[in-house]
Amino acid sequence: MLIGAGIAISTHGGEAPVKLAPGEHAALVQSRCSICHSLDYIVMNSPFLSRTAWEGEVRKMMKIMGAPVSDSEVAPIVDYLTQNYGIK
Amino acid sequence: MPNRRSFLRTMAGGIALASTGLVGRVRAVLPQGTLESAVLDSLPGKQPLIKRSFRPPNFESPVEVFSDVITPNDRFFVRWHLSNIPRLDAGSWRLAVGGDGAERGYELTLEALKRDFEPVELVAVCQCAGNRRGFSDPHVAGVEWGYGAMGNARWKGVRLKDILARAELKKEAVEIAFNGSDRGPLDATPAFAKSIPAWKALEENTMVAYEMNGAPLPHWNGFPARIVVPGWTATYWMKQVTSIRALSQPLTSFWMNTAYRIPKGKFPLIERFTSQESDSSTPITEILVNSLITNLADGARFPSGQPMAVKGIAWDGGYGIGDVEVSTDDGRSWQSAVLGENYGRYSFRTWEFKFSPPVAGRMSVMARASSVRGTSQPSELIFNASGYHNNVVQKIAIDIA
Repeated sequence: MLIGAGIAISTHGGEAPVKLAPGEHAALVQSRCSICHSLDYIVMNSPFLSRTAWEGEVRKMMKIMGAPVSDSEVAPIVDYLTQNYGIK
Repeated sequence: MPNRRSFLRTMAGGIALASTGLVGRVRAVLPQGTLESAVLDSLPGKQPLIKRSFRPPNFESPVEVFSDVITPNDRFFVRWHLSNIPRLDAGSWRLAVGGDGAERGYELTLEALKRDFEPVELVAVCQCAGNRRGFSDPHVAGVEWGYGAMGNARWKGVRLKDILARAELKKEAVEIAFNGSDRGPLDATPAFAKSIPAWKALEENTMVAYEMNGAPLPHWNGFPARIVVPGWTATYWMKQVTSIRALSQPLTSFWMNTAYRIPKGKFPLIERFTSQESDSSTPITEILVNSLITNLADGARFPSGQPMAVKGIAWDGGYGIGDVEVSTDDGRSWQSAVLGENYGRYSFRTWEFKFSPPVAGRMSVMARASSVRGTSQPSELIFNASGYHNNVVQKIAIDIA
């Protein structure tokens, strides 16, 4: 009956490691994105973003939030996000 | 140990299947990844809440929390934009008041804040602008909230206008800006700074609160003091507030100029934020009229021939709830529910509707609230790219057997 029922219960009371899907550039994504936020942001926002939308998110993090991602890293990061967490 | 991911996937599949038998709007469903990454987890000092993200912490209240008209502090939702959230000490906390729109700046300790101004109390809904974003159709990026990025509390504090009076506002002051103690992990990350129109800051009910439901604010909800803007979305309710500045020019901040904006003219709003409006968009302001069914879950089974009650809450941007109607026939007919005790126009209002399910089988239950000024919830989502203001009528399917 409870609406929250069926959701797994965590007992750590702090940030748990969020395991991203294995794949090319997974380590790069993990190292850059997790500087500022937990990786559940990626999983939570899936799978409904297009490649263009994922690129928009990455560029927003760089330009607005100051994420230390180089221009040459954008394509591999967006490739990984689109392939593993993009719209099917 | 059962595999959580596969379990949740199965559950979500069941929900999708269940919705195919419904007439009309397809029911709200969170993104698959949102369901997979959700866990019930307790932040220090909090009961288990639904985790949307660990860092920064974004946790929402499960729907059953709203069976109480007042949301307990330890079950109140948690929403932060930036991940460095210091533990503040009541003794060393300072609130700086000033800005170029004030004649004189000064500083307050928590003790002085409580001692120097008249204390006031008010029950008000604190609702995240993006509450229910996860149900947007199509889905949009952001924290994928379900129903629980909101809460209703009795706030105690002092009037912001009294604090501003001591700073002697100049006539040029157009906005009052707030900043808090939270910081991004990088120096380059912009501070979460917000402003409200000067006229809103000077309203009787806008306050700096230091108590919530008779207790100090929980750390996660802004200890030792936060801004409370009754009727407006929570984006302006600055937590851990450390500065209040009167500005002669509109605040320039990503969080004002780019984020938390809605298309102009799309929503039935009265209170405007003209100093921050552009040709096409405006900052989000008032909370739209809304309701939530709190005692029924999708797919719940009930015996036929037995009287039933639908219970819930309704709220709006401070005009007050005039009516809540319930439909048990896919929206063909509506009947008024009985409203519960009135805790003031900014509060949740409970309601209840009793009925006897006519026949066995699947049926839907819908609720639609109207404010005293006559606006009510739309039957179709008013889509916007940021997923704000989701107040579409909720539809819950139940089985009568």
